[in-house]
Amino acid sequence: MNRTLSIIISAVIVITLGLLVFFLYKPLINHLDLGLDLKGGLRVVLQAQEKPGEPITDDTIQKALGILRDRVDSLGVRETSLYPQGNDRVVIEIAGEDDPEAAVDILKNVAQLEFQDEQGNVLVSGKNLTDAQARFNPNTQEAYVELKFDKEGADLFAQATTANVGKPLVIVLDGKPISSPIVRQPITDGNAVIEGSFDTKEAQDLAVLLRSGALPVSFNVLEKRSIGPSLGADSLEKSLRAGVIGILAVLLFMLGYYRLPGLIADISIVLYGLLVMGSMVLLDAVLTLPGIAAFVLSIGMAVDANIIIYERIKEEIRWGKTLQAAIDAGFKRAFWTIFDANLTTLVAALVLMYFGTGTVKGFAIILSIGLVINMFTALTFTRYLLGLASNVTKNTRLYGV
Amino acid sequence: MIIERRKIFYIISLILIVPGIISLFINGLNLGIDFRGGSIVNVRMAAEVSAPEVREALATVGLEQAEVQKSADNTYFIRTSELDQEQTKALLNALKNRFGEVELMSAESVGATIGRELSRNALLALGLGLVLMLIYISFRFEWTFGVAAVAALVHNVLVVVGAFSIFQWEINTPFIASILTVVGFTINDTIVVFDRVRENLRGTKRPDYLALLNKSILQVLNRSINTVLTAVITLLALLILGGATIKFFVVAMLIGFVVGAYTSICIASPLWYEIKKAA
Repeated sequence: MNRTLSIIISAVIVITLGLLVFFLYKPLINHLDLGLDLKGGLRVVLQAQEKPGEPITDDTIQKALGILRDRVDSLGVRETSLYPQGNDRVVIEIAGEDDPEAAVDILKNVAQLEFQDEQGNVLVSGKNLTDAQARFNPNTQEAYVELKFDKEGADLFAQATTANVGKPLVIVLDGKPISSPIVRQPITDGNAVIEGSFDTKEAQDLAVLLRSGALPVSFNVLEKRSIGPSLGADSLEKSLRAGVIGILAVLLFMLGYYRLPGLIADISIVLYGLLVMGSMVLLDAVLTLPGIAAFVLSIGMAVDANIIIYERIKEEIRWGKTLQAAIDAGFKRAFWTIFDANLTTLVAALVLMYFGTGTVKGFAIILSIGLVINMFTALTFTRYLLGLASNVTKNTRLYGV
Repeated sequence: MIIERRKIFYIISLILIVPGIISLFINGLNLGIDFRGGSIVNVRMAAEVSAPEVREALATVGLEQAEVQKSADNTYFIRTSELDQEQTKALLNALKNRFGEVELMSAESVGATIGRELSRNALLALGLGLVLMLIYISFRFEWTFGVAAVAALVHNVLVVVGAFSIFQWEINTPFIASILTVVGFTINDTIVVFDRVRENLRGTKRPDYLALLNKSILQVLNRSINTVLTAVITLLALLILGGATIKFFVVAMLIGFVVGAYTSICIASPLWYEIKKAA
């Protein structure tokens, strides 16, 4: 390839990459799926409490998941994820929830509603509800919840109110009486209200619980992490800025120490960073704090791959080879070094990805992506650029020799 | 040059490792709630208050045992045994009653079972990873390299864990990630050195292992130094600018990387020499 053509191709590559960075950097960052530790939110792990004689089956958990999903949806948050873990656990993750503590309350309640008579006999229960809505009475300035029963419930409720005229009917939620109105007359239309000293928010939460139905089992909070939005944003902004400054410093170092190959290393590291971020977006990988560590490690290994190549080429030049021969020989040898070093680490990363959970998994996924892309960029892109550069100038001093 | 002085390096390594091991036996590790179970609440007050005042407020709701730590910008970390929803609310209300505006930055509660599972799974995965790396290296190189590389890895993990025990820095889940990063970096670094040894061995009938190792180390020394230097640059940026949440996470990696570069040259290679000599 002649000199002019090499210069043109190099220029096209650099300009294209520059444009890609300029136009893709923001969208990629915005599309990155951030972990709760970076953007704030709530993560709860609930464990079903087995009762004697009632084993927890897959069905129980699936049913509970459906009910919990309804409740989470009713919170009106954008990004949520609910999934079972092991045999008896449910993990709920909600991003950017302003009041995580209140959300936990709504999720954890079993929401078993019962209407009892004075003797404590259960007359009607929440499973016969078809709807529950929070309402506001402007006259009394109090919020209340309006209930609608299904056919069976309406019959039961009619019987219950007929039998208890003039007596209180106790409304019990999860074993706790929440109100006990006196029945004035039989109610036969299947509509009822729960009044209490609720504020609007409490009435709304109660309506949500009753609408979604009772959980088939009670749950225990095994783990709860709520990160306020300001703390998450703070860690993200600081980590990102620190990461960018750190990488810029490395790029400068490479340029200063390795001259022309350093510049080539910088170009391939920029491409590397773009490719890793792009893959993370495509694969829906979640970036967490440990993920940032993996990214730092993988950038380190990408830089290392370049250093291995250039040190090798310098050696070959010192042994008296011409530039072109040195580049060829350097790559041939460096190929196996980089291949083995990256593959050994990849072996460990894949094990961690397969067997690890949470933190460890997140770390391993990003590291694996990084290692694979690193082998690609270092062994093909860098090599191509170096070939172009050697067509442009044969001055070995530019290679730091 | 390097291999002849291996006794000195062994002594340096003992100095690095032994105090840590002793400390591990005496003080153990400062386990955070991720491993031990418990709650930690992070709040920001509107105005400057002192830690004893916060403690007083907490005592009104029966949380006098809480550990209160002041951090920057009027934020406080309150560590307690595991709190349920009601207790968390009581804690926040007690603070609000006393100090007015209180912003909840984060609240974490972890049951002790979760912590045990977490450490067990991480250790299992790490152990399996080490075995597979050993197999891969034995397959691509020779078993002697695998043993020396894994020994160097264990050495580094011990140094980092030991440092965390001596200084009693708190350990939470991100620590596992930093240990994994150290493992990844060390193995990468060691393999590059061994790769050069393997190359120089090729075609030599009766190798003088000592001279060959020295030559190989000298050939890759520049690369080792530059690689660890670039990694340290990035880590220092993260340490200085990265905010409080990731401080110890970065410190663990920083220690591990520097020690990792040292071990691949001054420990892994001499160890391989010893194994080769004995075999």
